Amino acid sequence: MPTVIVDGKDIEIGAHERLNCIEVARRAGVEIPHYCWHPGLSVVASCRMCLIETGTRDAATGKITMMPKLVPGCQTPAKDGTVIVTNTALVKDSRARVEEALLIDHPIDCSICDKAGECLLQDYHFEHGQAERRTDLHPFHSRRRDVGPTVTLFVDRCIMCTRCVRFTREVSGTSELMVINRGSKEEISVFPGFPLDNKLSGNVVDLCPVGALGDKDFLYQQRVWFLKRESNVCGGCSAGCSIVTEHNQDTVYRLKPRENPHVNKWWMCDDGRYGWHHLHDPARLLSAGRLVSSNDDRETVEWSDVTTRLRQELSGAGRLAVAVSPMLTLEEAWMLCATARSIDQQAALFVGHVPVSGSDESFPGGFTIRAEKCPNRRGVEAVVALFESEERSWGDLVAAVGAGEFDAAWITAGYPHAWIDDATAAPFGRLRCLVVQDLFDSPLAKLATWRLPAAGFAERAGTWVNAAHRAQVFAAAVRAPAGVWPEGRLYWNMLGRRGLYDPAAVRRQIAESSAALAALGGEIPAVGVDLRIDQLASS
Amino acid sequence: MKPTDPAITWLEEKPLGLTERLYLPLFLQGLSTTARHMVSRKVTVNYPEVRPTVGNPLIYRGVHRLNRDDAGRVKCVACFLCATACPAHCIDIVATESPWPDREKYPESFSIDELRCIFCGMCEEACPVDAIELTSLLDLTGKSREEMIFDKEKLLSVYDMTKDAEPMKSKTLAAGGMATFGTAPGNPTTAAGGHH
Repeated sequence: MPTVIVDGKDIEIGAHERLNCIEVARRAGVEIPHYCWHPGLSVVASCRMCLIETGTRDAATGKITMMPKLVPGCQTPAKDGTVIVTNTALVKDSRARVEEALLIDHPIDCSICDKAGECLLQDYHFEHGQAERRTDLHPFHSRRRDVGPTVTLFVDRCIMCTRCVRFTREVSGTSELMVINRGSKEEISVFPGFPLDNKLSGNVVDLCPVGALGDKDFLYQQRVWFLKRESNVCGGCSAGCSIVTEHNQDTVYRLKPRENPHVNKWWMCDDGRYGWHHLHDPARLLSAGRLVSSNDDRETVEWSDVTTRLRQELSGAGRLAVAVSPMLTLEEAWMLCATARSIDQQAALFVGHVPVSGSDESFPGGFTIRAEKCPNRRGVEAVVALFESEERSWGDLVAAVGAGEFDAAWITAGYPHAWIDDATAAPFGRLRCLVVQDLFDSPLAKLATWRLPAAGFAERAGTWVNAAHRAQVFAAAVRAPAGVWPEGRLYWNMLGRRGLYDPAAVRRQIAESSAALAALGGEIPAVGVDLRIDQLASS
Repeated sequence: MKPTDPAITWLEEKPLGLTERLYLPLFLQGLSTTARHMVSRKVTVNYPEVRPTVGNPLIYRGVHRLNRDDAGRVKCVACFLCATACPAHCIDIVATESPWPDREKYPESFSIDELRCIFCGMCEEACPVDAIELTSLLDLTGKSREEMIFDKEKLLSVYDMTKDAEPMKSKTLAAGGMATFGTAPGNPTTAAGGHH
């Protein structure tokens, strides 16, 4: 095995791994500071922050020969016998000089900068900078330049790492951003008439190590040190990007991508990034409403009564059809199916409406936005297959209701956008009992006997299975608004289970009962698990 | 400043000597303090008939105010440092882009729950632009809880009310109004370069 020596410590790396000094040092627990290097982008070695001392150890004699000058760690490949030294006076002095040079042109308007608190310039200056200044620094206000509909540029805060420029060239493939002027006059800009307007534009804000690129959606909304972070999965499409939901006092402020080499790498699309605003939409359904008479009046029913009354009414209504929404988590879908079957043993289970918009959109960097705008179709299909021999879709359900095959229906939805029109909803009006569980009022919800509120994506807990069969487990980031029971809690109570809704317990139960979902039984890592792995091994 | 900074001298606590370990000397010392106060001049007054005098308004911690700049605009830049420093979580700020070209950010709303406030003065300490200050107004009353939540307009009106009697502290300090309190800590080069 190739061995790299990091600050005197031997680190073994894989025979075919292509790593640079920063990555190897990280394995040794040594953080080499860097601005311009990012694992997802090409190497330019322009910031000079990662300068380190390197050398080679002769395999035969063990003699170490050091290079006379410092080299950038990001650009230096680590191979067998590479010696990396990061803690010498020369390296420390070099870092302090880089920090000093960067601050000469920096506005130091940290008090009003949105990046303060998660800024690499702040962190590295604290860690590697010098305590005293040799120049006379005056805080000033940065010039601001509008570069696109989602992103704003604070020109003078920029340290010219060009991560954003490389991102638009290499990952989004749109090349809007560029460097203008030369030397100390260098600035990031766009061509007139060609703003930064692509579906991955928000990522440049995450990439920016300082406060130069600001997210217009988040600008001045909250200081970052107030935010709490919860690992989540994006519900925007069936790609199922790993994300971090950043929230404070049950209000979501922004979503950030979470590194997951199997799904989204380091990126997420703008549709997902800004697709959380419906969570705080005042038009959301916030209570369980039961139709009281033939007119449109609804009484608000306490949730403790909902569980019993719903069961009573549905069991007395006749043949039951259930639409299992692909917005539900695997656990919620399974409990819904189990609840429906406990009410009516012949209950017909359908996969709910699958919203599709356009076609899959791929980017040069290997990122794909899926056309299927729901996160868990594969998971719901797998769950329904445990109960039904034949898979039937939302279209089949609409046709069957139109043909009068059912007396009652339980439709779960939870879609952030309008999804059904009056004509499609009309046949459901003839049912004896219609339960609709949705985020917003809709033509279907207007006809409902029971109109129940649904939870948004950050309010759910459980597992979603994305288009590539990868199951990712997540906890709820925020609590559902007052008056809303997330689906999991309702079904848990309707099944008569004790205590709080425990997705892990349900998950274990599903894994035991199904070979297709057996991979869910074990410990699931943060990057998720491929459900096909066990099947390939056993077949 | 890092804990390893050479400017910091770390001291070890001295072990207790014989007089400290004996109970009696300290006991007598405490009793003598009590006795001294029994015969000294009274400092309490019959409030509200008699109003207490505020010794040094620069360090008194009474009702808050939000200062105005020379153009009469709120000085605050909505950096949230006061809200961060506040141990009672009584400051609520909503920030937005400022309508003025020379400023980037300003508070759309700024409210302090005076009932929650513990008047520790940390907000004043944290403020990088000398926008929030504690005045020497000491009788703070109201008829409802809502009334005691001071919004931006009310805090600015406190400034208008008190600015003549108590000028902005930064200006008083710059004029040498409190030389003994006003020296900045740290080494002189940092202090000279850091003030704008």
